[in-house]
Amino acid sequence: MNSSATVLSPRLRDPAWLKRVFWTCVALVLIAPALVVTEFKPWTLFEPESLKITTRFLGDFFPPNIEGEFLLMVAREAWRTVAIATAGMALALLIAIPLTLMSTSALSISALPGRMHAMPFVIRQAIRWLLIVLRSVPELVWALVFVRVVGLGPSAGVLAIALTYGGMLGKVYGEILESDESHATNSLLRNGSGRLQAFLYGLLPQSSAELTSYTVYRWECAIRSSAVLGFVGAGGLGQQMDNSMKMFRGDEVATMLIVFMLLVGLADYVSERLRRVLA
Amino acid sequence: MQIRIDGLSARHRAAATGAAAALRQVSLTIGPGEQVAIIGPSGAGKTTLLNALACALKPAAGKLALDGTDPWRLSVAKLQKLRGRLFLAPQTPPLPPRQRVITAVLAARLPHQSLLASLRSLIYPTHIAEAEAALAHFDLANKLWDRVDRLSGGERQRVGLSRALVSQASLWLIDEPLSSLDPSRAALAIESLTQAAKRRNATLVTTLHQVDVATRFARVIGLRDGELKFDLPSREVTRERLGALYAQYEHELTSAAPVVGDPAQEDARSAVMYCR
Repeated sequence: MNSSATVLSPRLRDPAWLKRVFWTCVALVLIAPALVVTEFKPWTLFEPESLKITTRFLGDFFPPNIEGEFLLMVAREAWRTVAIATAGMALALLIAIPLTLMSTSALSISALPGRMHAMPFVIRQAIRWLLIVLRSVPELVWALVFVRVVGLGPSAGVLAIALTYGGMLGKVYGEILESDESHATNSLLRNGSGRLQAFLYGLLPQSSAELTSYTVYRWECAIRSSAVLGFVGAGGLGQQMDNSMKMFRGDEVATMLIVFMLLVGLADYVSERLRRVLA
Repeated sequence: MQIRIDGLSARHRAAATGAAAALRQVSLTIGPGEQVAIIGPSGAGKTTLLNALACALKPAAGKLALDGTDPWRLSVAKLQKLRGRLFLAPQTPPLPPRQRVITAVLAARLPHQSLLASLRSLIYPTHIAEAEAALAHFDLANKLWDRVDRLSGGERQRVGLSRALVSQASLWLIDEPLSSLDPSRAALAIESLTQAAKRRNATLVTTLHQVDVATRFARVIGLRDGELKFDLPSREVTRERLGALYAQYEHELTSAAPVVGDPAQEDARSAVMYCR
């Protein structure tokens, strides 16, 4: 009785309901081909055969290898990984910072009274495309290129990270700067400051916390990425992990994974602290 | 600096095309070192006029000449150089919340400083005494080393005004300098501004909501609906003229200025996440 009463009064029906159902169905229809293409069959993971393989593989991880000599080697390689990530980030910053400063419209003087002039606009677009080119090539591909050019070892990893991350940082820095409150910066430009002066005195204090936390997060990504790059011979912990995997030394892989977790945790901690200082 | 505008019309950048211009056919001349107050009800075009004078807004029609040159015929670089001789203080003080007061005040020196000197001043502030003296004029000397986001709205506004004293501009354009100040502070602020402008022989143009304060200026300009209604020595600004200027807006004649949104609160929006 009650339910028929609700049906009878269309005034009380949620008018957005049909639309919501429709878009949910559309999303499902769009996802379906993606699942087919990727051969998405998670239940194969739980077939007895797969479970046996998985347990054997994971079983190899225990206990992690903690022999003194091996640990020393891991520490040395971990240090090298951090060095690759840090050097790569430093180079990436060298690429990203000038490109950001040149391309961010938040610092455009010609756009102050309205539309940006043609020339600065063209330059900004060109830089935007350069950033796209830099970051659209995966660092793994850059690494394969540089391994051929400069040989096996960390410098290939450093260069690969520098190029891809330079592109990513340049893009996101630009977005951070443009999404921030522009009143202070605009007012400095309007009163006759130069672009870099307005950046230093207006834009930077406004967005330093976001910029720092994104940079530290990228540094964390660079550490992870240098592990992958190690697999193609770009040095560091990744290369050792590749060796251990090829020799089926699960215990060594486990130790190195733990070291990675510690490094990422460290990056997280540093980011947290920096954010608090700059907030 | 001498200002001369002739038949100036201007519209807001965000205004829809076809909407009435915020400023229509305004002509006036302001001599070097003169001190002028602009009054008028809300929406009269006071801020638009200031922005046009500050070369922040390109006039839709008419002529603007600063010391005899048309700024919009200059190259971008030369115009930027000219802007260094203008000081525009917007109504909401443009101060980054995480900046310290000292840095915010010294930022007014940037147009007259090399990039290197500006960088050096970020590492260890140069001209500390100058900044302190400027703040002292607004009774804020004790806030020299505080962060901007620790200040109240009124204190922020006064920091914004102290910038004028540090800048080396010869035309000061001040928008509603008293909007968040109590009467005694407001009196002090206006006193400091006018005295300092006189000492430097800077031209001072300020918009005001407080008519009683405006009549302390030698010259008062009345704007309404984007048009110049009067331009008179203040002793000739009679009650009748004010009544006509503020007709239908009488409450603005008597009550305090409208309160502007606190920029600090807008800044409190949640941090943006970047997951790329």
